[in-house]
Amino acid sequence: MIMLVSGFLLVLIGIWAMLTRKNIIRIIIGFSILDTGIHLIIVAVGFVKGGTAPILDNALLRVPTSVDLSAAVSRVVDPLPSALVLTAIVIGLAVTALLLSFAIRLHKYGRSLDIDVYEEQKW
Amino acid sequence: MIKYILIFIALVGLAWLLWPLTKDFSTPEQLNSIASQYVSGSVTDLNSPNVVTSIVVTYRGLDTLGEVTVLFLATAGVGFLLKKKSGSRSQRRDGSEILQSGAGFLAPLIMLFGVYVFTHGHLSPGGGFQGGVLIASGVLLMVMASTSFRFSHLLIQLTESLSGIAYVIIAILGVILLGANHFLDPRILPLGNWLSLFSAGAIPVIYSFLGLKVGAELSAVIESLSADGGEE
Repeated sequence: MIMLVSGFLLVLIGIWAMLTRKNIIRIIIGFSILDTGIHLIIVAVGFVKGGTAPILDNALLRVPTSVDLSAAVSRVVDPLPSALVLTAIVIGLAVTALLLSFAIRLHKYGRSLDIDVYEEQKW
Repeated sequence: MIKYILIFIALVGLAWLLWPLTKDFSTPEQLNSIASQYVSGSVTDLNSPNVVTSIVVTYRGLDTLGEVTVLFLATAGVGFLLKKKSGSRSQRRDGSEILQSGAGFLAPLIMLFGVYVFTHGHLSPGGGFQGGVLIASGVLLMVMASTSFRFSHLLIQLTESLSGIAYVIIAILGVILLGANHFLDPRILPLGNWLSLFSAGAIPVIYSFLGLKVGAELSAVIESLSADGGEE
């Protein structure tokens, strides 16, 4: 619950930063904050009370076969949101790199990182 | 001024939209049916202890194929935007003595750890994406330490495209060997013993190719950012 609320707060902070800041680098930082907030929300949705990581090693199963499987199932968190976040983090990294290279390209063109300088670039 | 009021209204509206999602949410006491299906299926069908890995590679394998494509597109975009002009040398300085010695010692270990993480993705926390990022961080350490550090672009491109092709070939092998509903099925290889390295069918193989692909792509991103990022 606390994770969910803080995730939504991070989303709002990120959108606020993207809308109000003038510096392109700060806009990208706002995007990163938004990204992190979304990851927190997805992870919070998948949490199960008293659950642990969904890795069924022998400490969780106690026997190396699937005899005690139903007991293990009741003790892990939902694995699907974790799998989604796992890929989303790497994609977020690549998208941030793409945004930064846009910023580098703009800075080479206009010698400035202020978004207002590029107002005539709309098309 | 009017702009800030509009932004404030937009944020309040968004918070008002998100509030019902938070208010009515309560942490569940037990897994929903599809999640417990995944957990028990990962043990009984795939012989893989790490349920997250079996979801990423098998149950949602098609999604992962799409994510790899997104990653490739982002990398291609970075490479396209930061094309290297001939003759322009960046003004970066070499790293300090400490950084250079430390990188020479640590970078091979970090890359080896990355390989360990993606080959053991089905047994322990980790997998192709994390191992690939670890390899790329080793490359980042080398790039930071020395301006003369270069690696072969041909090697990176070959690694990336060959592992992508191998991933798709393994996926299609499932269709050929096991039938039409088995795209990306890892059971084309024997399932092996519980908690051993060569178990869970083709999951370690697929994850190793994924790790190589992600590592090569992110290394290419770091290389183009470092070559073109400095001030002229």
